[in-house]
Amino acid sequence: DGKDVLEFLGNPANYPVSIRFGRHRLSSNEKLMLASMFHSLFAIGSQLSPEVGSSGIEMLETDTFKLHCFQTLTGIKFVVLADPRQAGIDSLLRKIYEIYSDFALKNPFYSLEMPIRSNKCSFKRWMALCFQPSWESGPSWCGCSAGRRKPPRLWPSCSAWQWY
Amino acid sequence: AMEVIWQGREGRKLSSRELFVLTYGALVAQLCKDYEKDEDVNTCLDRMGYGIGIRLIDDFLARSAVKKCRSYSETADMIAQVAFKMYLGVTPSVSCSSAAGNEFSLILDKNPLVDFVEELPAERASLCYCNLLCGVIRGALEMVHLAAEVTFLQDRLKGDAVTEIGITFLRKAEDRKHKRNK
Repeated sequence: DGKDVLEFLGNPANYPVSIRFGRHRLSSNEKLMLASMFHSLFAIGSQLSPEVGSSGIEMLETDTFKLHCFQTLTGIKFVVLADPRQAGIDSLLRKIYEIYSDFALKNPFYSLEMPIRSNKCSFKRWMALCFQPSWESGPSWCGCSAGRRKPPRLWPSCSAWQWY
Repeated sequence: AMEVIWQGREGRKLSSRELFVLTYGALVAQLCKDYEKDEDVNTCLDRMGYGIGIRLIDDFLARSAVKKCRSYSETADMIAQVAFKMYLGVTPSVSCSSAAGNEFSLILDKNPLVDFVEELPAERASLCYCNLLCGVIRGALEMVHLAAEVTFLQDRLKGDAVTEIGITFLRKAEDRKHKRNK
């Protein structure tokens, strides 16, 4: 939450402390860039695909991370960046779709295509169930972008990770 | 009206379904007070339904995990058998009413939304009481890139034998997805 680490560790009142190392979090700008670029690549990929009626890019694998994408039939893309060894991302993506439909869509004050911010306890509990502590190095970023007509929207998942 | 219902069911608390039906009735009643013309009320209901439909589709897809539909007929079946069942607890029957295969009818024997409605008031003869449903279907279909016109063809409240919702699929979008939802 922005406090200096050494200062935190130096204060015995904060012990016992559990430390978990994770990946560097993306800034909002980086997330936007990633989402826009991925959105275009996805569109190009599905056109170029030798398969007829291709479902687009589902997974992008590199040495250091894997990017998983799940596109719904309504055109929303859910994107997760995770460790290459991480399993179970597919069901995670589907779970996130359910959570999205519950917390974002059913909120009457949420406008479609806008960033989603939620401070509700129930939402946080939901996210906790999804991102179980047993994962070695969990996903570093979950984003959701709508690739319809308008520019991609993002789900600022830092709110999900900050308290994890 | 609320007290009557309570006593009629021996003071049992309202179920959420009854609450929903009553809320819907209150909504229509209020709209009738706000607008003089039936067409305006119908339009308003349709617009509200549209706003619901564009969001409900994702909930439907997330929860039912259905696959993409490959034809209008599959789509109509999906709406009737899965979506209506999931959200209203009824299963209308589907029939195709055009040779071109793009016009369908959903015939409802039971319509939970009109559980407590006896008949339309005389001055509201052309009110489509359940027009919200049409908007919902239209909005949901639009989000999966299927343009459609949805209207009530017959309405028990107006004296017809059954309640019939007509769905006419318009030109198919170039996008690959088909899906529908109530």
